[in-house]
Amino acid sequence: MDPLKRVENELKKCVKCGACRAHCPAFAALQREPAVARGKVALAQHLLKGDITLDDQTYTAMSKCLLCGSCVEKCPNDVPTDEIVMIAREALAQQRGLTTFHQAVGRVIRNRRLMSFGALAAAILGPLFFRKVPATSGLRLRFPLPFIGTKRHIPQLARTPFLARHPEVIPGEPGKPRIVYFVGCMTNFVYTEVGEAALALFRHLGCTVIIPKDQQCCGLPAMSGGDLATVRELAEKNLAALEKYDADYVMTACATCGGALHKFYPALIGKKHPELAERIGAIAAKTVDAAQLLQQLGFRPGGTAAGDELTITYHDPCHLRTRNITRQPRELLTAAPGVALTEMEGADKCCGLGGTFNVYHYETSLKINEAKSAAIERTGAAAVVTGCPGCMMQLSDGLKQRGARTRVMHTLEVLARSLR
Amino acid sequence: MLTSSIIDQLKAIIGPENVATDRQDLLCYGYDATQMEFLPDAVLHPGSPEEIAAILKLANRENFPVFPRGAGSGFTGGALPKGGGVVLVTTRLNRILRIDTENLIAEVEPGVVTEQFQQAVERLGLFYPPDPASLKFSTLGGNVAENAGGPRAVKYGVTRDFVMGLEVVLPTGEIIRTGGETYKGVVGYDLTRLLVGSEGTLGVITKIIFKLLPFPEAKKTMLTIFDSIDGAARAVSTIVGNKIIPTTLEFMDHATLQCVDRRFTLGLPATARAVLLIEVDGDPELIEKQTAKIHEVVKPLGLVEFKVAKDAAEAEALWKVRRLVSPSLRDVNPNKYNEDIVVPRSKVPDVIRSIERIQQRYDIPIVNFGHAGDGNIHVNVMIDKEIPGMEEKAHQAIEEVFRAALELGGTMSGEHGVGLAKQPFIPLELSPVQIATMQSIKKALDPHNILNPGKMFPA
Ligand SMILES: Cc1cc2nc3c(=O)[nH]c(=O)nc-3n(C[C@H](O)[C@H](O)[C@H](O)COP(=O)(O)OP(=O)(O)OC[C@H]3O[C@@H](n4cnc5c(N)ncnc54)[C@H](O)[C@@H]3O)c2cc1C
Ligand code: SF4
Ligand code: SF4
Repeated sequence: MDPLKRVENELKKCVKCGACRAHCPAFAALQREPAVARGKVALAQHLLKGDITLDDQTYTAMSKCLLCGSCVEKCPNDVPTDEIVMIAREALAQQRGLTTFHQAVGRVIRNRRLMSFGALAAAILGPLFFRKVPATSGLRLRFPLPFIGTKRHIPQLARTPFLARHPEVIPGEPGKPRIVYFVGCMTNFVYTEVGEAALALFRHLGCTVIIPKDQQCCGLPAMSGGDLATVRELAEKNLAALEKYDADYVMTACATCGGALHKFYPALIGKKHPELAERIGAIAAKTVDAAQLLQQLGFRPGGTAAGDELTITYHDPCHLRTRNITRQPRELLTAAPGVALTEMEGADKCCGLGGTFNVYHYETSLKINEAKSAAIERTGAAAVVTGCPGCMMQLSDGLKQRGARTRVMHTLEVLARSLR
Repeated sequence: MLTSSIIDQLKAIIGPENVATDRQDLLCYGYDATQMEFLPDAVLHPGSPEEIAAILKLANRENFPVFPRGAGSGFTGGALPKGGGVVLVTTRLNRILRIDTENLIAEVEPGVVTEQFQQAVERLGLFYPPDPASLKFSTLGGNVAENAGGPRAVKYGVTRDFVMGLEVVLPTGEIIRTGGETYKGVVGYDLTRLLVGSEGTLGVITKIIFKLLPFPEAKKTMLTIFDSIDGAARAVSTIVGNKIIPTTLEFMDHATLQCVDRRFTLGLPATARAVLLIEVDGDPELIEKQTAKIHEVVKPLGLVEFKVAKDAAEAEALWKVRRLVSPSLRDVNPNKYNEDIVVPRSKVPDVIRSIERIQQRYDIPIVNFGHAGDGNIHVNVMIDKEIPGMEEKAHQAIEEVFRAALELGGTMSGEHGVGLAKQPFIPLELSPVQIATMQSIKKALDPHNILNPGKMFPA
């Protein structure tokens, strides 16, 4: 239970008011108290007291969390349930060992060869779908292996990973900001168009864009399994990669990666490994989301050749919403010529992905997703736009399963249209 | 303890997946917003009134207690399984059965979350006014069982005023209907009224027929700031005396304002000693007039500032002051007792003054805010449980607060009920004959004391 000691005081803050029942997507789908933040906090309290052990039931309860942070945002007492759950998972992992699945996740995302540029592409060249991806590759483990081949829709892999396509440093105009781009696995391997859009936009602004080749997976899949050793290893490597250039900003166009660098590294790794805390803090302070940065740098989506009319609706990724980045993407999108935004009901509600949550609880994840897809469809928009490639995958799965024709796009893709 | 044979029978009634006995489940259904904790022996998630009836019949046969539970947001421990037994959760009974726009009534199951119901009727241009601050997560069944109130009670009344009829499983397992779908009805005793506010001791509510209203056309929100608590209190009676019944009249005292300001910097004038948040609703022309009138009549009462919201966003900004109260309190002390005394409207300043004296005598911070319109004040006794002796002192202070309210012709609970928390104090308010009368009702309906035993009255 040692890891939980780190959050002993946070655990005391929960007054069991139940307000989190209104906001927790896991509870909304499962309707059982162990699934809601309040229940998980109570279980963590009892774990710390030694009233319960790290048995299967505790494991199951703690697994029912998407780490979406909705509860934290709305809790009148600022109880950091997401952090508490992760630390409880760390305790579970320490005492029970990692599940085979999470062991594999750790092995894969730590594997430099697989994650570094080109290697994966070389291994899986061709018109590949996940089911054809070799069992040892990262993606089969990062994403829901057990369900491949059932009803789930899985995006096609990029022929060449994003990192393999570009040099490490793309110089911009002198005097303009220097940006280190933290790409993230989903953009690197699946939605490379997001990376291309990011590049186009920041180059348009004259920025120097640096894409360190030795950057790694942010570690969220391991984090969500409680494998903090792997997260630490990755964090250290990422720190080294990001520190190498003295840049003005560390930019991510993936809400999850941004959340990891900005929030989870400090909360989980920084607190546990004081020797890394300062470096983590320095990177966290520089970490900005692409939309946030575009706005800060005064980007105006304009141009004459704006392209076709596009009706959109915007989905708030949890890890942007909890960092208060909700206004910026909307303002940029509505300013884009030819783009009309209609808000969906519950735009701020989680899409149900939740890292490895959707591996273990696919049906629940789908249920959360169903509400989301229905809300998207009701807007009648041609595309749903969001700032997280993870959400993009989840949203396409949900929409395709409903037979909806709605496109799924990243904010940056929509904005990049105005550069054409 | 429940024998394994009883567990098996329960599983046969509601399905094994709806009977939980893992320690983790038990721990998660042993608390509520009081933060007291008692472990049940099993947690049941029935799916129909018939299943609930079968559970209660079994409970009578096998003699184990049953504790109804909605969202577990209660402030008095009403849903807690003190002494063990089964917790019966209504979450699965969560359908809005019908909304009748012709007769302005709705029929719902008890597990529906209050806000979801409000939104559903509002989409049809209708209105369900009861709005406990817990409306986003508390259940309608819990609201009915506690007779929950909220800020709109001044004008519209509390949950009771909207319940027209119920379907209830009696403690012995019979299913009955009370009241009905007509406004009038005088045949027999009014069992509906008896059951509303019975805190789950007289029956399990399985259906509720609510009365609805048309949704008010418009509303106006204003924030009025006074240089004294008396000014604010007199403002309340003056407004009402001028024949205006606002929708809400929320009040915050100096200590509350300081708390909020410390954390969120409200920029209130230095002379602000009390604040009233006032809302009027109805016909757009009428509420314009009412707003002007309110301004006029409160002006001479030490008014420091009068802000009227121009639009919904500004109204939300004014409400924010009120909403920030709760998160600010914990800066005073980490733990609190939230009592909800009521006094006649005109006695609000007197009771606040008494509470100030109690606070000084016991040297415990007490922060007051609440529904001035109906004299319902939330007395927040702020303590730090880690400081030895503070909890005991707080209990004494609370007892004195109750006495003060009762002396002024008030009551010790306006909305939260008795449950476990106020049970020891019940003889302060009710006479032995009153208590005996109530207990004989309980006995008649629940001869084996199966349903929510140990609540309200000593077991
Ligand atoms: C932040 C916060 C704010 C609050 N604000 C208010 C407020 O403004 N006004 C107010 O009045 N209260 C307020 N409360 C108290 C509480 O929310 C209400 O009492 C609410 O009505 C309880 O509903 P519940 O579903 O959580 O019921 P529970 O807490 O689960 O149960 C409450 C009681 O109702 C009984 N019960 C529940 N369902 C049934 C049923 N179907 N049949 C029979 N008995 C049943 C239980 O046995 C128990 O005695 C607040 C609480 C919190 C935490
Ligand atoms: S986690 Fe926060 S919102 Fe949930 S019960 Fe605890 S204090 Fe209330
Ligand atoms: S992080 Fe999200 S899923 Fe997890 S407890 Fe909080 S609200 Fe629920």
